[in-house]
Amino acid sequence: MNAMPEAIASDAAVFSPAGDVVIDCNLSKVFYGDFLAVRNSSVPIEKGKITGFIGPSGCGKSTVLRSLNRMNDLIPIFRFEGHVKYHGQDIYGKKVDPVVVRRYIGMVFQQPNPFSMSIYDNVAFGLRLNRFKGDMDERVQRALERAAIWKEVKDKLKNSGLSLSGGQQQRLCIARAIATEPDVLLMDEPCSALDPIATRQIEELMLELKESYTVALVTHNMQQATRVADTTAFFGVDISQGGRTGYLVEMGVTRQIFEDPQEELTKQYVAGEFS
Amino acid sequence: MASNHFQNNASASTLSGPPSTGDYITDSVFRAVALTCASLLILLLAYILWEIGGKALPAFKEQGLGFITGTTWNVNEGQFGVLPEIWGTLYSSLLALIIGGIFGVTIAIFLTQDFLGNRFAAVFRTIVELLAAIPSVVFGLWGIYVLIPLLRPAADWLHEHLGFIPLFGTELSGPGLAPAALVLAIMILPTVAAISVDAFRRIPYKVKEAAFGMGTTRWEAILKVMLPTASSGLLAALVLGFGRALGETMALAMLIGNNNQISLSLFAPADTLASLLASNFPEAGAVEVQALMYAAMVLLVITFVVNVIGLAVQQYTMRKFEGKK
Ligand SMILES: Nc1ncnc2c1ncn2[C@@H]1O[C@H](COP(=O)(O)OP(=O)(O)OP(=O)(O)O)[C@@H](O)[C@H]1O
Ligand SMILES: [Mg+2]
Repeated sequence: MNAMPEAIASDAAVFSPAGDVVIDCNLSKVFYGDFLAVRNSSVPIEKGKITGFIGPSGCGKSTVLRSLNRMNDLIPIFRFEGHVKYHGQDIYGKKVDPVVVRRYIGMVFQQPNPFSMSIYDNVAFGLRLNRFKGDMDERVQRALERAAIWKEVKDKLKNSGLSLSGGQQQRLCIARAIATEPDVLLMDEPCSALDPIATRQIEELMLELKESYTVALVTHNMQQATRVADTTAFFGVDISQGGRTGYLVEMGVTRQIFEDPQEELTKQYVAGEFS
Repeated sequence: MASNHFQNNASASTLSGPPSTGDYITDSVFRAVALTCASLLILLLAYILWEIGGKALPAFKEQGLGFITGTTWNVNEGQFGVLPEIWGTLYSSLLALIIGGIFGVTIAIFLTQDFLGNRFAAVFRTIVELLAAIPSVVFGLWGIYVLIPLLRPAADWLHEHLGFIPLFGTELSGPGLAPAALVLAIMILPTVAAISVDAFRRIPYKVKEAAFGMGTTRWEAILKVMLPTASSGLLAALVLGFGRALGETMALAMLIGNNNQISLSLFAPADTLASLLASNFPEAGAVEVQALMYAAMVLLVITFVVNVIGLAVQQYTMRKFEGKK
């Protein structure tokens, strides 16, 4: 494998999807303190589709994903230029409460992070938060079933979520995130700790979710991107300015990205020539 | 010692090797030292118990369990009972635990959950910890000269208007439960706050992220996620604070009124085991010393039981919330 070729600092042609755009994300610059982490990335998330994010480690996939529901607000040194609009409304607008944004745009994190409470309470957490008034047990069961973990935990719902294995914890977090059925679900490498069977089940879940919701998915697994993503955004790292700045190299319909990439960098990446 | 069964199987170029003999020796030495320290501590504790127990034995034979249920302390008639002191010890410590616990945990929340800038939080934390450096006798004096006069208007008002509630059933007598419990609360505050701060600090960043990711407001994140996550550490803080309150002597001897009666009223004078010991030892004759030793044993047993219960509750929350066996 070669080192990553020096990127040509050209801007990718802006991709505009055929259908409705739920999140119109245009990040011209994202900083952590003085460090320019991401630049010139316009990533529209299409309604009812799965948008995949691929690219080498450290290129800013998580950064971009987390700016879609204002999770980066927790990092004091984060700041950005550009806009993120959800159904046409700027989510970073002065009057917008990030709490509300995160209720509509849910998230599954790269690291499993269940709460120190029972498995049941973990899944019911979001439902209680949103003052859900229906059959809680049924919702919890359904979320656990969809996250492909029900069979493993159905006899120990009272046990702590932290008593599960890493992969089980990750699926529990997926169940927790989908229990409230958020409008958009952001998933940051949800399958990195899972075995092939559980991975397939989560992929089926994503395909099922996109019937009524929208999914954005970060993955290092190219097969996964080709299996589930409708649209794929490929990010690269630009080292020409001294730092390591991530940027969107190319975005398009998944098949086009993998079979007929327009950029040299994309071609090399999907062929596995650098990582 | 350092035998290596794999030497011949490994490929010639490997850099891996077994620990040296020196490493093994260091290991054993460390273990021996740690074991000695731990056993010395246990021996010391056993010795203290043995000594006090031995001195208390005559009183124990004489008084039996009536000592614990008796309510008079009369040296001339040889009547010794510590029920009022047991009551006073538990009541004052419990009040202090409630007040000091609430304040301590709240302060810990303010110090750790991004309410204050880092520098300001550090200054504030130092101030709280400085409270721990104030000698007990100074707290006692402060209680007598500042706190009791300060409490009087409020206490009078409460007694006058809400006197039908047993808590406010008597007039403020000067020294009594309320000033004693308040000073105790301030004294255990640094302990509770410092250990709670550590409990909150130990929570990994990803937990906070998970909470906000679910769309919690700041308070929802703190109350519904951070508190249960920190609960075993917070319990440890409370148990330690309670233990300190049970044994605190000087400030209480000055503030509680040293009056062996059992009353629910916050404003009535009372007595605690520790302050009974401190006030009666200097002039005690042989028989009274034996009784005081018995009282010391009772205090030890109470402290021990409280700690065991605290530990059990802590284990339970660890199992329930953190899934630890
Ligand atoms: N909280 C932070 N503070 C400072 N720099 C950060 C922070 N989070 C990320 N970065 C930097 O931003 C860049 C992009 O990181 P990011 O986590 O978005 O990469 P990624 O594409 O998700 O990588 P991976 O595939 O390994 O998860 C990296 O150079 C990283 O060092
Ligand atoms: Mg990442």
